[in-house]
Amino acid sequence: MSRKFTPKVVTANDLLIGDVVYLTADDQWTREHAQAELIEDEAHAQLRLLDGAGQKNIVVGVYLADAIAGPNGPEPTHFREVFRTRGPSNYAHGKQVGEQPGPRQP
Amino acid sequence: MYSYNEFDEAFVRERVAQFSQQVARRIDGSLTEDEFKPLRLMNGLYLQLHAYMLRVAIPYGTINPTQMRQLAHIAQTWDKGYGHFTTRQNIQFNWPLLKDVPAILSALADVGMHAIQTSGNTIRNVTADHFAGAAEDEIEDPRPYAELLRQWSTDHPEFQFLPRKFKIAVTGSPNDRAVVKSHDIGLRMIRRGSQVGFEVLVGGGLGRTPMIGQVVRDFLPIPDLLPYCEAIVSVYNLLGRRDNKYKARVKITVHENGLEEIQRQVEARFAEIRPTFHGHDQALLDDIRAAFAPPAFRNAPTDAHDTALADPVYRAWADTNLATHRNAQYAIVTISLKKHGETPGDATAHQMRVMADIAERFAHGELRISHEQNVILPHVHKSDLPMVHAMLQQAGLGTANVGLISDIIACPGMDYCALATARSIPVAQQIATRFEELKLEHDVGPLKIKISGCINACGHHHVGHIGILGLDRAGVENYQITLGGDGTETAVIGERAGPGFAYDEIVPAIERLVRAYLDVRSEPSETFLQTYRRLGLGPFKAALYPAEGAQDAA
Repeated sequence: MSRKFTPKVVTANDLLIGDVVYLTADDQWTREHAQAELIEDEAHAQLRLLDGAGQKNIVVGVYLADAIAGPNGPEPTHFREVFRTRGPSNYAHGKQVGEQPGPRQP
Repeated sequence: MYSYNEFDEAFVRERVAQFSQQVARRIDGSLTEDEFKPLRLMNGLYLQLHAYMLRVAIPYGTINPTQMRQLAHIAQTWDKGYGHFTTRQNIQFNWPLLKDVPAILSALADVGMHAIQTSGNTIRNVTADHFAGAAEDEIEDPRPYAELLRQWSTDHPEFQFLPRKFKIAVTGSPNDRAVVKSHDIGLRMIRRGSQVGFEVLVGGGLGRTPMIGQVVRDFLPIPDLLPYCEAIVSVYNLLGRRDNKYKARVKITVHENGLEEIQRQVEARFAEIRPTFHGHDQALLDDIRAAFAPPAFRNAPTDAHDTALADPVYRAWADTNLATHRNAQYAIVTISLKKHGETPGDATAHQMRVMADIAERFAHGELRISHEQNVILPHVHKSDLPMVHAMLQQAGLGTANVGLISDIIACPGMDYCALATARSIPVAQQIATRFEELKLEHDVGPLKIKISGCINACGHHHVGHIGILGLDRAGVENYQITLGGDGTETAVIGERAGPGFAYDEIVPAIERLVRAYLDVRSEPSETFLQTYRRLGLGPFKAALYPAEGAQDAA
């Protein structure tokens, strides 16, 4: 019996801003993990990875990350991916305060 | 201090112009990421977990107030108002936008700074003792040699595509404050009769295969410095393994080929190269030396300092943060960037400006960045110390903890770094906060904790008296403890204490360790490291794993 496939999301960093982004079902890049397409089939995951990786002028470092279905959309399972949805733990910077990379907005 | 000559200036400006074009071509799509990545790494630009990161070199840790103010300006204009000083005397900006990087590099060039060769498989920022030029025990200021090496290694055509990165550190003192034994090349100034030269170590390194550097030449005359280093790097360039990233550092080359074989090849290559050095380097060295002439020290009474010692807060700071200067009227001040609960090595733009102002007014215009992630004022007249302390306190920079348990080295870990396997910053914050609550750290005395968030060991955990290594164990953060490491002239790689601890168990584990030390030390003056060396792992292991001890006894 083959191992059960762990659902995935396609994730990357925005080329210009550096921020963490996720591929949605309609081929957009979103900053919200919950809006990502949750991929439950291995062959489809590989295809979506190729779709994401093909967008070389929008994103960098495209990969598949484990996720599970949650009440509001996909949720990360590994702590690294959890941190990527929030930002650093030592300062209120990044996604956890609705902020992008670059200078602080006054 | 050394200032850029016309050549340096033109070279850095040209590189900024080149890289600006490369960024523009990446943004307009004419360069792919595969094409762009090596170019950005050559210029210190990484892509991290949440954003790009720019690593700026602070050669041999020396920086002037104008440069420090420019770092503050960059932090405020293009980043989130702070910078992170690293364990290799660099500064990292954690949040730059790709489009802003050319402007940042241009602002750096305006003050004689750059991010060249702070990444990639090249010779990296040359580091040196942060007390250079001020230390009492110093044979000679190592910085002119570090600067000579910087000029030689920058854009060296033969060494832009080495098997792996290559790090050089120099110390001019017998007491090693530059961790030279864990560098690819470590240079220790020594005296032989009336001659001054270098003991040359090769093949030190931390990371997944930690090794202490070995002596490849016991005495190298000064005029041979560049050709000899060139011979080492050139032998490494040929022998170093390019088939396996994890076996590509020179420490593995030395280990696999043996020191004798490396020595033989280096000496042969040296004999070949040496005649091609006709003395231009030595003429250049003379110019560089002149730039590092000591400042005009003041001669004035020091009573203000002696009087201030009656204040217990000042006294505590003086006890931990001042080091002996070669001029008895002066002191070396270490500014702690380790306020309890704060991020080790971080300084806000405001703090950078305060440090720049103090350096200008009271420290002959010099600042240093230490590999221990603190800032040094190398030359402060003792009469100015009370004022300096007051100004530092106002800016949240007056913490009296240098060398103590809360003076922790920590890499950025998984809060920023894409390579990290666990967080290190919050662990450092929690340890510092806990021992502050316990009011124990002055009683505990000298104790170096060093934390890395992955096996690459940027946090130098192997040479911490207590080392902490954060790993990913089956999808959960897990922290391994090593004990008895030492990064000085008596360098030792720490010994693993046993199984790791979960994120919420690591601080209590460290507390048990430290309490065990307090119980078993022979007297208050016996340091943690001395106690460990006397008693070995036993009592510390028992404190770390009490349940297992109970099982054994049962």
